[in-house]
Amino acid sequence: MSEIERHSFDVVVIGAGGAGLRAAIEARMQGKRVAIVCKSLFGKAHTVMAEGGIAAAMGNVNSHDNWQVHFRDTMRGGKFLNSWRMAELHAKEAPTRVWELETYGALFDRTPDGKISQRNFGGHEYPRLAHVGDRSGLELIRTLQQKIVSLQQEDYRETGDYEAKIKIFAEVTITRLLTVDGRAAGAFGYYRETGNFVTFEAPAVVLATGGIGKTFKVTSGSWEYTGDGHALAMRAGATTLNMEFIQFHPTGMVWPPSVKGILVTESVRGDGGVLTNSEGTRFMFNYIPDVFKDKYATTPEEADRWYTDPDNNRRPPELLPRDEVARAINSEVKAGRGTPHGGVYLDVSSRLPAEVIKKKLPSMWHQFKELADVDITKEAMEVGPTCHYVMGGVEVDPDTQQTLLPGLFAAGEVSGGLHGSNRLGGNSLSDLLVFGRRAGLGAAEYVEALPVRPAVDDAMLADAEAEALAPFSNVGDENPYTIHADLQNTMNDLVGIIRTESEMVDALARLQEFKVRVKNSSVKGGRAFNPGWHLALDLKNMLLVAEAVAKASLDRQESRGGHTRDDYPKMSDEWRKINIICRYDGEGAVIEHQPMQPMRPDLLELFDVEELKKYLTAEELPTHDAGSDH
Amino acid sequence: MGYTAKFKVWRGDDTGGGIEDFSVDVNEGEVVLDIIHRLQATQAPDLAVRWNCKAGKCGSCSAEVNGKPRLMCMTRMSTFTEDETITVTPMRTFPVIRDLVTDVSYNYEKARMVPAFAPPADLAPGDYRMAQVDVERSQEFRKCIECFMCNNVCHAVRDHEENKTTFSGPRFLMRIAELDMHPLDTVDRREVAVEDHGVGYCNITKCCTEVCPEHIKITDNAIIPLKERIADKKYDPIFSIASLFKRNKEGRQSAPDTPKATK
Repeated sequence: MSEIERHSFDVVVIGAGGAGLRAAIEARMQGKRVAIVCKSLFGKAHTVMAEGGIAAAMGNVNSHDNWQVHFRDTMRGGKFLNSWRMAELHAKEAPTRVWELETYGALFDRTPDGKISQRNFGGHEYPRLAHVGDRSGLELIRTLQQKIVSLQQEDYRETGDYEAKIKIFAEVTITRLLTVDGRAAGAFGYYRETGNFVTFEAPAVVLATGGIGKTFKVTSGSWEYTGDGHALAMRAGATTLNMEFIQFHPTGMVWPPSVKGILVTESVRGDGGVLTNSEGTRFMFNYIPDVFKDKYATTPEEADRWYTDPDNNRRPPELLPRDEVARAINSEVKAGRGTPHGGVYLDVSSRLPAEVIKKKLPSMWHQFKELADVDITKEAMEVGPTCHYVMGGVEVDPDTQQTLLPGLFAAGEVSGGLHGSNRLGGNSLSDLLVFGRRAGLGAAEYVEALPVRPAVDDAMLADAEAEALAPFSNVGDENPYTIHADLQNTMNDLVGIIRTESEMVDALARLQEFKVRVKNSSVKGGRAFNPGWHLALDLKNMLLVAEAVAKASLDRQESRGGHTRDDYPKMSDEWRKINIICRYDGEGAVIEHQPMQPMRPDLLELFDVEELKKYLTAEELPTHDAGSDH
Repeated sequence: MGYTAKFKVWRGDDTGGGIEDFSVDVNEGEVVLDIIHRLQATQAPDLAVRWNCKAGKCGSCSAEVNGKPRLMCMTRMSTFTEDETITVTPMRTFPVIRDLVTDVSYNYEKARMVPAFAPPADLAPGDYRMAQVDVERSQEFRKCIECFMCNNVCHAVRDHEENKTTFSGPRFLMRIAELDMHPLDTVDRREVAVEDHGVGYCNITKCCTEVCPEHIKITDNAIIPLKERIADKKYDPIFSIASLFKRNKEGRQSAPDTPKATK
């Protein structure tokens, strides 16, 4: 075994998006020494792609808003499969987390009285999203990045060393979590630039690695979205929860092919954009599901009035939760009413003046102009569903974000629970902040209470090194890029937006073949910045995650949120009570059922009994009066 | 619709390298980054390139395409003729790591030298009030995706390696201007801009503005106003006397209590 660079920290945060950075800030504020490990350069994480905003019930635009309303919206959006405790914490703490960003230097768009402006978004009853035009994610990541720099400046003034308390390891990929006696002990990985290995010894590890989009062909995710955190956690003995729930964002670009899947922000609809089919019909009025019947407008006239008079009109159906809109678009295209490139039209040009569009949606204007040669102030966009987000994820304690492996924490998209079966737009950035902070705090408190630090031994590292180098000595001639493309096609076609048993059985068989092919994939070139090698290692994570998704999807015999079964089209009260847990058995993913904890009575009382009847079994219903005041 | 394009791509590392020729398929609607990816998948699996979002939002895939700094993900192949040879080289101002990947750590070091945002000590979170018109000036600069093409193109460092220690480039002069224009910031960074970041090296040729993929008016809206504010201070008699009692470097770094001349 070669000499491996070793570092010792109190907390290692894997991932430098919103959740990772907020966790690192918190652990450092608690006095801990923190390493931030990121696959890309610092400040490039996928959070920059978030467009719409951060959902937080500050009530700046509509004073009726409060945490209870946000909680209800989140539970409805997730079709009551959410971890209600996470949904409660999220709704209660989001405003404080947003205000905190202003103290770090964030500059949100303002209301006329100088407060943080808030915009409408799908599934949110009131204007709730703090935003900066349509580049809210960039503002979030830059603000957190700059806060970290300011903490490093404080540390410099105190110690003469910028990196005394927070050190950033950019372009490092973690390939294995280290465990000792059933506890987290650190992480092992490689520098992308050199291919040299590095070991982090730390009693607490926070996973903030984001999503799994790159297992699918049409995705809004970047190359980093290879499910690393999910796979690392499962291999280390932790579990994932409800991996079948994958959000297909209704509006991705469909043309030209090279940008297929790139996101078109929901703000386009929040700010007045409408969806039409090739016949010019505003089709969403035909797709309002029963559970939302009384909340959405039934005529275009009422829908249009809502933008200026939301108190006396119901919302336009374009603003239904994302799963509903994605399925509707899918149905329209399947029925032959799609656009030339297989999407539907999203038009804002006939709804708002050109100047307002450029002001409110500058990135979208820019993106379509530069990538598709479409001027969205003059013509409609063509859009269709794209794999956007995984609601499922690593199973965590709602309060501390600790996984089933002591010392291992997870926050943000990699963790599961908050969003249930479908996430509302805007609830992701708030998730990162609320639970990133809680994970950092949980990790710091865990380290504080730990009597003895686990020791990493050399044998562990030799094994991890051998595993990481295997692609160089494989003898087969499989090309990792080809396997990846085949995997993406399989998941897109067979475990995609509409699922059925026979196709998923087929997908699982193919996944077994891919596992063999990965073992036969060989890598050319050296270890220094070699993308072929990086992909060969990432593929192992993607395959395990794909297996977890496919098995959980095959198992859940109902349709709910981001899981639509052609063969089980109805939502089932009985299935709602079940979390599907996935663990790694040394070969692959195995699933088991876990009963959902019943909701605390005071939270249950926030809903009308009539509404609860749509989701809960008869014996779960509370006895309080229908029509209670909220 | 498709055709075969001629590509020249720089390959090598810090010990040297050169241009390699490729013939590669191009389909309708593709961008330069798609072609680089096709080269990886079919001809050069170890071709090193940075990229993330592929939508012009993360600023990772900066390179020089036919000698011009560009985001590869935002450079459409339709802007070239089919018989044109397309040459892709790494950003020239930063040391090469491998192929199209450069060592941009210079930028992160400079970022760390800009004194952070410092709000009034007695202002509670949630009580921040700012008018839209007042935040818009800094918001323009916060559109920056840190592709570092402005710093790459700025001749003060592109052609003068020796200036890297004293000059931070347009990106971080703009960052200083951004903080300066933040309605609730309390720090005076004018002296820092001169002493630590070398604002004087900028002679307003506006190359940075030209290459900015976010179309930020770096020179006109950030650097020139910053220079003007410094000039105001330098020729203000009270500041001239105060500057006789010059503070040391540490003092500057930790001087959030220094009053601002105008805010």
